[in-house]
Amino acid sequence: MPAPILSLTDAALSLMGNAGRVDILSGITLDVVQGETLGLVGPSGSGKSSLLMLMGGLEQATGGTVTALGQDLTTMDEDGLARFRRDNMGVVFQSFHLIPTMTALENVATPLELAGHHDAFTRAAAELAAVGLASRADHYPAQLSGGEQQRVALARASAPRPKILLADEPTGNLDETNGSAIIDLLFGLRDRHGATLIMVTHADELARRCDRIVRLRDGRIDLASAGATTGATAKAAE
Amino acid sequence: MSLAISARFARRELRGGLRGFRIFLACLALGVAAIAAVGTVRAGIEAGLIRNGAALLGGDAEIQLTYRYASDAELAFMNQIADRVSETVDFRSMVVVTRGADTERGLTQVRAVDDLYPLIGAVTLAPDMPLAKAFKGANGLPGAVIEQALADRLALRPGDRFRLGTQDFILSAILAKYPDNGTGGFGLGPRSLVLTRDLANSGLITEGTLFSTNYRLDLPQGADLAALETQAETRFRDSGLRWHDSRRGAGGAQSFVDRIGAFLILVGLSGLAVGGVGVSAAVRAYLASKTGVIATLKTLGATRRIIFQTYFIQIGVLTVIGITLGLILGAALPLLFAPLIAASLPIPTDFTLYPAPLIEAALYGTLAALIFTLWPLARTEDIRAATLFRDALATSRSLPALRYLIATAALIAALIGAAIWLTGTAFLTLWMAGGITGALVILTLAALLIRGVARAGRTAARGRPALRLALGAIGARGGESTSVVLSLGLGLAVLAAVGQIDGNLRSAFADELPAIAPSYFFVDIQPDQIDGFKARLAADPAVTKTEAAPMLRGVITRINGRPAEDVAGGSWVLHGDRGVTYADAMPPTTTITEGKWWPENYDGPPLLSFSDEEAREIGLRIGDTVTVNILGRDITATIASFRQVNFESAGIGFVIAMNAAALQGAPHTWIATVYADQAAEAQILRDLANAYPNITAIAIRDAITQVADLVAGIAAGVRYGALATLLTGFLVLIGAAAAGEQARTYEAAVLKTLGATRGRILYSFALRAALLGAGAGIVALVAGMLGGWAVTTYIMENSYKIIWGNALWIVLGGILATMLAGLGFALRSLNAKPAQVLRGRE
Repeated sequence: MPAPILSLTDAALSLMGNAGRVDILSGITLDVVQGETLGLVGPSGSGKSSLLMLMGGLEQATGGTVTALGQDLTTMDEDGLARFRRDNMGVVFQSFHLIPTMTALENVATPLELAGHHDAFTRAAAELAAVGLASRADHYPAQLSGGEQQRVALARASAPRPKILLADEPTGNLDETNGSAIIDLLFGLRDRHGATLIMVTHADELARRCDRIVRLRDGRIDLASAGATTGATAKAAE
Repeated sequence: MSLAISARFARRELRGGLRGFRIFLACLALGVAAIAAVGTVRAGIEAGLIRNGAALLGGDAEIQLTYRYASDAELAFMNQIADRVSETVDFRSMVVVTRGADTERGLTQVRAVDDLYPLIGAVTLAPDMPLAKAFKGANGLPGAVIEQALADRLALRPGDRFRLGTQDFILSAILAKYPDNGTGGFGLGPRSLVLTRDLANSGLITEGTLFSTNYRLDLPQGADLAALETQAETRFRDSGLRWHDSRRGAGGAQSFVDRIGAFLILVGLSGLAVGGVGVSAAVRAYLASKTGVIATLKTLGATRRIIFQTYFIQIGVLTVIGITLGLILGAALPLLFAPLIAASLPIPTDFTLYPAPLIEAALYGTLAALIFTLWPLARTEDIRAATLFRDALATSRSLPALRYLIATAALIAALIGAAIWLTGTAFLTLWMAGGITGALVILTLAALLIRGVARAGRTAARGRPALRLALGAIGARGGESTSVVLSLGLGLAVLAAVGQIDGNLRSAFADELPAIAPSYFFVDIQPDQIDGFKARLAADPAVTKTEAAPMLRGVITRINGRPAEDVAGGSWVLHGDRGVTYADAMPPTTTITEGKWWPENYDGPPLLSFSDEEAREIGLRIGDTVTVNILGRDITATIASFRQVNFESAGIGFVIAMNAAALQGAPHTWIATVYADQAAEAQILRDLANAYPNITAIAIRDAITQVADLVAGIAAGVRYGALATLLTGFLVLIGAAAAGEQARTYEAAVLKTLGATRGRILYSFALRAALLGAGAGIVALVAGMLGGWAVTTYIMENSYKIIWGNALWIVLGGILATMLAGLGFALRSLNAKPAQVLRGRE
């Protein structure tokens, strides 16, 4: 069995709010192997997006360990995590999160520029062309439709050729036609570049396109979801 | 590398334009413009004074002597170094006009001149004629010229007769302009010009009379002024001689302009501090709108450094734009109003573009912008990538990282250091810095308190929705309360402090001083006249008190054998000549604080009694020796005692009193103060002036009015400076109101949905503005009063009382300003359609 590219052991996440401590995730133990596609499903508030954040180092675990590509994310500082994402991860958001003051091309080029690529704009243009938006390169996000914005976000996430692609409900803000086009693109990119894809979704149909499904309930992995796995390992913590 | 990326990101963000930065730019530009304008005006006046230095001085250089003419040795020295030497004599006297049985008198500052006058520049007379012709006079009487103000006061016209002492003159013309008017300092009467030789029979300039002589020197081309000054001062070191030259021709006026300019620049800095609050609020609002972008950039791999640099560059570019706008405005305004400013000033000006004040203003603007934007910029470090997913549970530090705290402290120190260095007044700058810091601390605490009270008051306001909503908005976290209280409060606090200081000063001049001050101050009473003088007053029941003392004038040249300037050069007592008196028995009103008064009929080595406060300032002790140069003769006396002297009551106060035997033989006159009922004053003056035509009477009430007018003029200038500060505060208010517009629109939409009428919503908005404005006004008033009290008590050493009129205006001003800014933006919120607003939020 190939070594896991992402591994969580008894990971927990608690946040301090005005009303006191809130336990978001607890006892999460999960391995994701290289090249795998994993669907994270569960009801609202079950902790899907939070788990994705832990995996991307966007949130620091308050317990357990999170290891990606052999590196312990829980021991890195904010800048270390940023550099790690720059070199290894791509993230796609439900709300696109394009930078409104940058054109589509500049948005896609940004992670490449941060990584110090001299051909950032050439590569970004190719990436935009790959998602069918070559003609919209100089348009600002406000001039693009929701589907187009998400395609730009996809191009931006995949441009640095990340080893891990994280997608948080990528079709949540789109209609059915645009949503399915985006998913086709996402899986197409993933197939072309061989990245590991972890996707949060509400839609079971979408999740079924993944190699494996992990279901969350009340901040824990639902043991029953083990049965939904296809060709991958899922360990549920006690 | 990271800087290049940051610069690229910053450029992309700035392409969106400067829409969100209007208040940022306005605050910074206004603050910088005020300082640049004050600096440019000051530079224009100083350049005018320097360019006309020789004319204002009346010569390339001037040697001034007090109470005496130059000795043969001094004259020989002057004739040796100069091509021409012109002598003028300055003294105060009374112009007397007799019309039948009526006699009128007016105080005048006489300048008696020789035929060479003026050495440089020209005198303008009306009707136009040469000065020599005017002095010729008519009908066997010498001629004289006087200023229009004196002619008006005494209803004199060219051709009329008047008297100075016992000499009659013909008024030949009105003195419209004379070149050497920049060195006289503060004169108590309008100017008269006569020939010195025509005063021979006036009985005015005799031994002991109070006069000064000025020897104007026309030096050869290229004369080394500094070397000649050293030569004169070394050769006549202890003679009391004072040297002025065209390098600083209008010494007094220049110092005055320097000081007022420095003070106004410090007031301008307080405006920059108010603007800083607006700048800080604008940057915070901008960065808040960029939270998503920052979090996205962090998700994409941008480090904290790249993020900080990206926004630092953006704010830096905006700062440069704001400062440039301010400099253009600050340089252009004085040029635009140059003719008006020049016409209102009695001294020559030279308005043009001066780089130095603009650099100074730019430096202050840069430092202030850095101080007020560093903390909000540091906050970008606290924005985490996870903000894209959630912000409800986000927590952030209340203070930025230590390096930013250290950097801010260093920038504040640099700003204060620059202000001290550039204004040259450490004392005033530190007071001002302390005042602004104190006011900011008080206002920040007050803002917290106001918010706390508003939150607590919400429960009590249940059932009164308009009030509850208003209190809720004031108490809300992240609302506009803090920036409103800080900006408006600081602006109003400066205005309140100026108002309280000015009010106390005016009250001192208008009420307190006249109540304790004498009616008249008589000078130049000859020793053989003093008994008759006293007898006339003693016989008058309207006279409540008379004080008289012999007076000489002298310069303290040495202390314990060392040059006085080396011992305590900073003390005012050592600058120029001081009045010196003598007494045998201790006067009944004297209070000795240390040492002993000399025994009666003491005729041993000279002893003196020194004013207690000034002695401490210089560091004198009982037994020290003080050398005083009187009429060119050094008298060294030992300090026998210290005594209390009150200089504030306008009565007789001498820093130095010597034993009678030490000075009795020297030529001197007496001075006297007369306290009398106002109704009897005119008759007393008539009687004494008729009996002793040589004496000069100074009406204290007139003098106080004149000083009060001067102070009022300065206060008006300072108030304009403070108003610029308030205007900046108002801009910040507009910024805060604009920033809150979206929230108010949403609030209004929800309230309308729930059934609130527009009138009711408007009432709630007005109530919120009024409460916040009143709060800011009251806090500003307290801060301003504290400042006013501190300055009145510790700097002016006066008793402080609250000026209620000014106080009321400050609070009302606070309410009006907040309502104006708040309601101006409320109208759009009120007119928005609820459905549109609420749908937009979904």
